[in-house]
Amino acid sequence: MEGIHGIQEIQKVDLTKVKPYGDTLNDGMVQMSFTLPVPYGDEAKEAAKQLMAKMGFDNPAVVYSCDLGIGYTYFIMYGKCRHTVDYSTIQVPKVDMEFMTMEEVEDYIAEKIKRNVVVIGACTGTDAHTVGIDAIMNMKGYNHHFGLERYKGMTALNMGSQVTNEELVAKAIEMKADAILVSQIVTQKDVHIPNLTQLVEMLEAEGIRDKVILICGGPRLSHELAQELGYDAGFTTGSYANEVATFIVEEMVKRNMI
Amino acid sequence: MESKLNLNPKIIDSARSAAASIADQTQEFIDKNTTVTVERTVARLLGVDGVDDIETPLPNVLVDSIKEGGGLSKGVAFWIGNAMVQTGKTPQEIAEAVSAGELKITKLAIADEKKIADTIYNEAKKTVDRIRNNREKRNDYLKNLGEGSQPYLYVIVATGNIYEDVIQAQAAAKQGADIIAVIRTTAQSLLDYVPYGATTEGFGGTFATQENFRIMRKALDEVGEEVGRYIRLCNYCSGLCMPEIAAMGAMERLDVMLNDALYGILFRDINMQRTLIDQYFSRVINGFAGIIINTGEDNYLTTADAVEEAHTVLASQFINEQFALKAGLPEEQMGLGHAFEMDPELENGFLFELAQAQMAREIFPDAPLKYMPPTKFMTGNIFKGHLQDAMFNLVSIWTHQGLQLLGMPTEAIHTPHLHDRMLSIENAKYIFNNAKNIGDDVEFKKDGIMQKRAQEVLEKAESLLKDIDEEGIFSTIEQGKFGGVKRPLTGGKGLAGVVEKDEKYFNPFIDLMLGGDR
Repeated sequence: MEGIHGIQEIQKVDLTKVKPYGDTLNDGMVQMSFTLPVPYGDEAKEAAKQLMAKMGFDNPAVVYSCDLGIGYTYFIMYGKCRHTVDYSTIQVPKVDMEFMTMEEVEDYIAEKIKRNVVVIGACTGTDAHTVGIDAIMNMKGYNHHFGLERYKGMTALNMGSQVTNEELVAKAIEMKADAILVSQIVTQKDVHIPNLTQLVEMLEAEGIRDKVILICGGPRLSHELAQELGYDAGFTTGSYANEVATFIVEEMVKRNMI
Repeated sequence: MESKLNLNPKIIDSARSAAASIADQTQEFIDKNTTVTVERTVARLLGVDGVDDIETPLPNVLVDSIKEGGGLSKGVAFWIGNAMVQTGKTPQEIAEAVSAGELKITKLAIADEKKIADTIYNEAKKTVDRIRNNREKRNDYLKNLGEGSQPYLYVIVATGNIYEDVIQAQAAAKQGADIIAVIRTTAQSLLDYVPYGATTEGFGGTFATQENFRIMRKALDEVGEEVGRYIRLCNYCSGLCMPEIAAMGAMERLDVMLNDALYGILFRDINMQRTLIDQYFSRVINGFAGIIINTGEDNYLTTADAVEEAHTVLASQFINEQFALKAGLPEEQMGLGHAFEMDPELENGFLFELAQAQMAREIFPDAPLKYMPPTKFMTGNIFKGHLQDAMFNLVSIWTHQGLQLLGMPTEAIHTPHLHDRMLSIENAKYIFNNAKNIGDDVEFKKDGIMQKRAQEVLEKAESLLKDIDEEGIFSTIEQGKFGGVKRPLTGGKGLAGVVEKDEKYFNPFIDLMLGGDR
């Protein structure tokens, strides 16, 4: 199309060399904000710019800075990123499946599993934040996706917060659970890692690790990390009950846990 | 105050009297019982402090020893008083002797009852005077140094290290915060003892210890002098050691305490009998110490739907008001909780939030309402989150909330970074100033969306309170009517620590703090 600026070819994206986009392809524009433990002033701004240059940005600019009151300074900055990544070769492990709706899961259970699927869930260790496990398990669910308690053909027990791994394993054995869901929200200083690992070890010690589908979830968890820790799947923020349910029922059929 | 919402005062009165009747029933149960932490609190207020060589606090050592000796139903005051008469030692020396195995406190000969009581009341008055002095010192500060205007800007620090917390707290005060809450380390609420000394390790928060209280109090007094404003200190008086934390806070001049049995029952699975007994004594202490309590109704909306369950928040506020009055805690110290937790996608959700906040303001006119920010629908999109917090701040200034727990754009990501707090304070200050008198100027349309919403919530709350009054509070909680969480009467943590009182039982601090010179 001929415009007032004449003919201009739109540059094509080179997926082998991707960099941030501000308002022009490959301008590399990044916004960033951080605090430095130095007093507000020109020296502080210069320090912030030098730091951003070391991070790989050209033309670092401080667009705003302010005194945080204790000799520290806050910056809002822009800079042009020098680096690129090759998008075309990236592979990320994830729960790769078509998710069924609640109704489809219910039908799938009725047709292929033909018995009640038992799922228990808990926020374990010292974690008292149940928002994640509640979203997946409680009847009401989250954002118009009903929780597992609502599913026909499922027995779902939400054990709540601050459940010890011992209690969780005991309950799994008692209820002959098909799947165990563990939610970890508090991840300060990586407390969730030893806690998640301990559960795997305890299930192995009890000889039931291969009899359950073990899933963890939380804002700082990924499918990749979950697998590294010995879990079958990991779900992060934005996952809904039907996704977790799809994984459970399909995995049960795949592993012949019927 | 003219009701903007056209609320029917008869329904308010009816709801309030149902709540009073619920509190009456519950108080009968409370008065018959004591608990291990209530007794440890009495020991602490009598001057027992410190730990033994395996870090067990001496109040625990002493109370456990009396419990093992079968004497707890008489109360710790009785046994300490008797031991003081018989041995001439101070309460601290008695606890140390018990800890060293030199003294079997329940095996001593029993002295004259009047002499025991006189000795204990003498000792108790010293601590009561100390707490009264703290209250006066706070009043002096408020008079001479001044304070921020309401809604107070309330921020949290949660580094795990009390010394790091001090840096963050002083920075927040300089940026404009009025209240600093030191979040407790995850799971402290489930410890049946209070750790001792300054602490530098915690997860998602810092241990509540008396020494940590002292360190932060001193730091806030210093920064308060510097900024020319009294900075209030807040901690968490909930969980299995409710009254002990209240006592420590009263002795170290804390100003605000989270203090709600229902919260512990529903969200920490603490046994309901245990924690309602604990709550009573903790509120007596908080009431006497001039501490503003914060109740935890806002949490219901993190598990239940904020639109459908709004009436449970109001019903619980009515009940909390009555429980507080029973403990001598005046309305000016009732930071009744509620929250801005509706789904931001909801059409006219802002109008509902505004209506409910105004409703709470009109129903509890003298209470410094504690208003909690959006958390459930915070996503990690810090830019949208900052806007959600702005909407929340607008409701607050509009409806004259008391304590504004500032939302952080990074909610749902991490405990606040230094500049997250600055951005949130800036957000609130901008809106509080820019819309300062909006509530005085704007009225609501008769029978409009907001009036109808508030009236509906009030009616449902009244009806729920009448049901609870018939059923009793214990059975109501068992059925899961608050927050959608069911808890059994004999389930949860801490029931083993409940003991029925003997007729000889006495607790001098209830008398001294509830009666006479306040």
